[in-house]
Amino acid sequence: MSPKDVLTISRRTLLKGAAFGAAAGLAAPAYLRTARAQSGPIKIGFPVPITGPYSTEAQDQVRCAEIAIAMFNEAGGLNGRKAELLVRDDKLNPGEGATRALELIESDKVNFLCGSLSASVQLSVNQVAKQRGVIYNSISQSDSINEAADFSKYTFHEALNPHMTAGAVGRYVFPKFGKRVAFLVADYAYGHEMARGFRTAGKEFGIEEVVEIKHPLGQTDFSTFFPRIQAARPNVLVVCNFGRDQLNTVKQATDFGLKQQMKIAFPVLLFSQRLAGGAGPFEGVFGGANYYWGLEDKFPSAKRLNDAYRAKHNNAVPTDYGALGFAGIYALLEGAKKAGGTDPDAVIAALEALKYDAYKGPEYFRKCDHQAVQSVLVLESKPQAQVKSQYDVFNVVEMQPPEEKFLRSCQQLGHG
Amino acid sequence: MTFDLILLQIFTGVALGSIFVLVALGLSLIFGLLTIVNFAHSQFFMLGAYVGVAVLGLTGNFWVALLAVPLIVGAIGMVCERVLIRPLYGRGIDYPLLLTFGLGLIILELVRIVAGTEGIPFNTPEGLTGAMDLGVFFFPKYRLFLIAVTALILVALWVFLEKTPFGLIIRAGARDPEIVQVLGVDVSKVWLIVFGIGTGLAALAGVLAAPIRGVFPEMGVPVLVEAFVVTVVGGMGSLLGAVIAGLAVGITLSMTSLFYPEMTTLSMFVLMAVVLIFRPRGLFGRAGVLD
Amino acid sequence: MESNTRPAATAKAGPMGGLVAVIARHRVLAALVVLAALPFVTPYEALAVNILIFGLYAMGFNLIFGYAGMLSFGHAALFGLGAYGCGVSIAKFAIPWFLALPIGIAVAGIGSVVIGWFAIRSRGIYFAMITLALSQVVYYSAYQWVSLTGGEDGLRGVNVPAIDVFGLHFDMLDPLVKYYVLYALAAVAIALFSRILHSPYGAVLEAIRENETRALACGYDVARTRWLAFILSGVFSGFAGALYAIHLSVVPIETLNYFNSAEVLMITLLGGMGTFFGAFVGAYVYIMLQDVMTVVTVHWQLVVGILFVVLILFFPRGIWGSLLKWVRA
Repeated sequence: MSPKDVLTISRRTLLKGAAFGAAAGLAAPAYLRTARAQSGPIKIGFPVPITGPYSTEAQDQVRCAEIAIAMFNEAGGLNGRKAELLVRDDKLNPGEGATRALELIESDKVNFLCGSLSASVQLSVNQVAKQRGVIYNSISQSDSINEAADFSKYTFHEALNPHMTAGAVGRYVFPKFGKRVAFLVADYAYGHEMARGFRTAGKEFGIEEVVEIKHPLGQTDFSTFFPRIQAARPNVLVVCNFGRDQLNTVKQATDFGLKQQMKIAFPVLLFSQRLAGGAGPFEGVFGGANYYWGLEDKFPSAKRLNDAYRAKHNNAVPTDYGALGFAGIYALLEGAKKAGGTDPDAVIAALEALKYDAYKGPEYFRKCDHQAVQSVLVLESKPQAQVKSQYDVFNVVEMQPPEEKFLRSCQQLGHG
Repeated sequence: MTFDLILLQIFTGVALGSIFVLVALGLSLIFGLLTIVNFAHSQFFMLGAYVGVAVLGLTGNFWVALLAVPLIVGAIGMVCERVLIRPLYGRGIDYPLLLTFGLGLIILELVRIVAGTEGIPFNTPEGLTGAMDLGVFFFPKYRLFLIAVTALILVALWVFLEKTPFGLIIRAGARDPEIVQVLGVDVSKVWLIVFGIGTGLAALAGVLAAPIRGVFPEMGVPVLVEAFVVTVVGGMGSLLGAVIAGLAVGITLSMTSLFYPEMTTLSMFVLMAVVLIFRPRGLFGRAGVLD
Repeated sequence: MESNTRPAATAKAGPMGGLVAVIARHRVLAALVVLAALPFVTPYEALAVNILIFGLYAMGFNLIFGYAGMLSFGHAALFGLGAYGCGVSIAKFAIPWFLALPIGIAVAGIGSVVIGWFAIRSRGIYFAMITLALSQVVYYSAYQWVSLTGGEDGLRGVNVPAIDVFGLHFDMLDPLVKYYVLYALAAVAIALFSRILHSPYGAVLEAIRENETRALACGYDVARTRWLAFILSGVFSGFAGALYAIHLSVVPIETLNYFNSAEVLMITLLGGMGTFFGAFVGAYVYIMLQDVMTVVTVHWQLVVGILFVVLILFFPRGIWGSLLKWVRA
């Protein structure tokens, strides 16, 4: 994305500061100033880390969210009411995320919030949104957001959670490759949640945990952990980390020859990291995903998203995380359509009843925690020899159906 | 916990430490002579990796890249010294620190603009892939190569500093810049070259680290803190200190990751705190360099 | 280095000099008047609160950096301890805000007593590095203690929806009300800070910075004065942190990160180290610049980087420091 694109999508009157004297709102009572408009364009605030280490994923989230907005508007909007996307850079920092959420709610008076990529930013945006009664549809992975302590009726979760992805991958790899399992886990909530997902899934297959190593977040050299892993002689190495950590792990694991001794599985295999790392390091690695563009052969909704994306972005295809940006906005706007407006309570009721097919077949929000019940893909990274085009990188080896039995139960999450 | 596992872990720590040594040497050299705390150092490290990608793309030869990278980035470093840092000499450590912080941001963002934010694959050079049988265990060839290159550079640097007239001036300048100036040596030229060598070393470390860590714009960020820890533990301005501390930090990280992996990153800071509490100027730091 | 401890005497005559003299004489009042208008010269209220809080934080940092001449790289720990002390009290123990706030300050105070005790024996860059090391220890402790701090996910649930004082009801969900409540709390700290600078202690601090040997010869306990400066600095930083927790209703683990230490250094240098107003001027420019630039371009860091380079090369005294010099020249 060029800087100009960001400018156009996140336009805000920069002169606002200078024109403070004219701010008519100042004269109005405080409560009127924070009231959300029930007419005029439907504003959706979209805080994502468009700069920094995950800018590639985040900028793709923006591109896909724009497609959802454009599709809605081209179809006539909500009785002529158009939708508008307000993008903000959360800088991958929960403090910045909370500040931006406050800006979007208090100053821009958005109707809904969607977005974020890191779990911690998502939880802080959620905290700010739920205090102020604004619907937030999160597109970042986390188990915490489903739990009663963080959940509120305004909280929706379009993304997968670690329990779902790790579970799907575990159920695929454990019976196939063996019961001796080593864990390499990034030492933070998301890493722990993914490891817990694998362990829960592993119970049915009676896996034996031969070693668990927790590594600090942002570790650059994983090689110091490999001797212990090799010594434990596992069949499967489960690597619960994300982003660049993921790329570094497979690169170094390939160098150390780990792949000759064991299969490597990630809970989430990122399309962007595979492109950045090349075929070699990722060859034969398994992992989960919410989306892969190759689904278009099976699902018309996937084709719809891919075609719109190709037309706008030089024949490229949307990434997994990018597609979440599409689905998050799509669901919110479908909800608003069903509710016939943007009143939060009406939209919540509509979303709870909604069955939608945004980009990969049927989905719906479970009532107790507003988690999107959806399919989970298990992918295998192709060796260089099988790669037919630039974006042809994965085989979809399994597709776990959208069923509630793969989620943690409402009781487990503390919903009474 | 078997003996060969511990030995393997130490070996891995030395390979890790080699990168630290190269980065910290440059930082320490610049600090010792110029009393500049170079906050842009880690971005020269990153720039090295990117220039490496570019040279590799043009020539297809890793060895050419290895030679060209320190020269190209060292030259860029010299331009930065001449234009930006030289006006600040004698103004204490705070101003150069802030300036180099700004310079680091500029380099980082320019690289993002030119090369994109995604990161670029960097394959292990042919002939250095796979592992070698060392009798007790297998060890990745590339990491052995890394240790060897670092050792080679250390020897070359030692010869340069101890056996050449220019090295003599540098050593004298580190001890007392005023005397050297009085003796009629053009100190500004010495400083220019030292800054070039320091940034060149960082760049070399960057291209050497690329096959292990990958190439992406933020790859320098953790390196800065690591390099500071190493430099401070060794004693700012002490080259011997940088070498010993670099290996010590590498092995500390490696051994902690064997016994208590969650504490790996913290162990480095604990080591630094302990050293500073007992030796407030680091292991080999001299009094008066920057009190 | 610009000093503001006895400013009125140094200002020269002339209209601008006169104005500066008046501002300097009534600096607390001047600061409060300017800060009262802050929400109307920022794009949105939450940003004004951030500027207020980071100005306060930089003010505290300035005591050790600008006035005592010691570069600390560990102030994030003190800011963060204040934030977590206050935030955990509210979120985990349901302690009311007016008790949680002093608890946050106390936690930061204890932290600065301990870190200061270890660090003041070192000087220069070593002081910077040992404060960095110890602040990282605090960071990882908070990171690991998930049940109390929320770990990497950050602390959520710092709910202060309303504040009732003397029969008055303040709705903290209203952004402007929130700003002025926090402003009133900050005003107390600003007045106190000015008192400290004006006290004999402030004079000793400056004497030590200017010539340590002489101060030592005059019989001042240099080590103790420095330690106290570090502690006071930590208390103000912790207070800012506590307000941050109430403002955002979350405490991100990033508040303890060394990057937060670097940011307060940047703010202080940008505004003008060792000047009373520099902290707030720096906070305003730094935070506004980032906010505006991120909307204009994804390459905002390039602009920020260029700004730092230009500023250091041409305005090394910082914005407020350069202004003072220009007026007095």
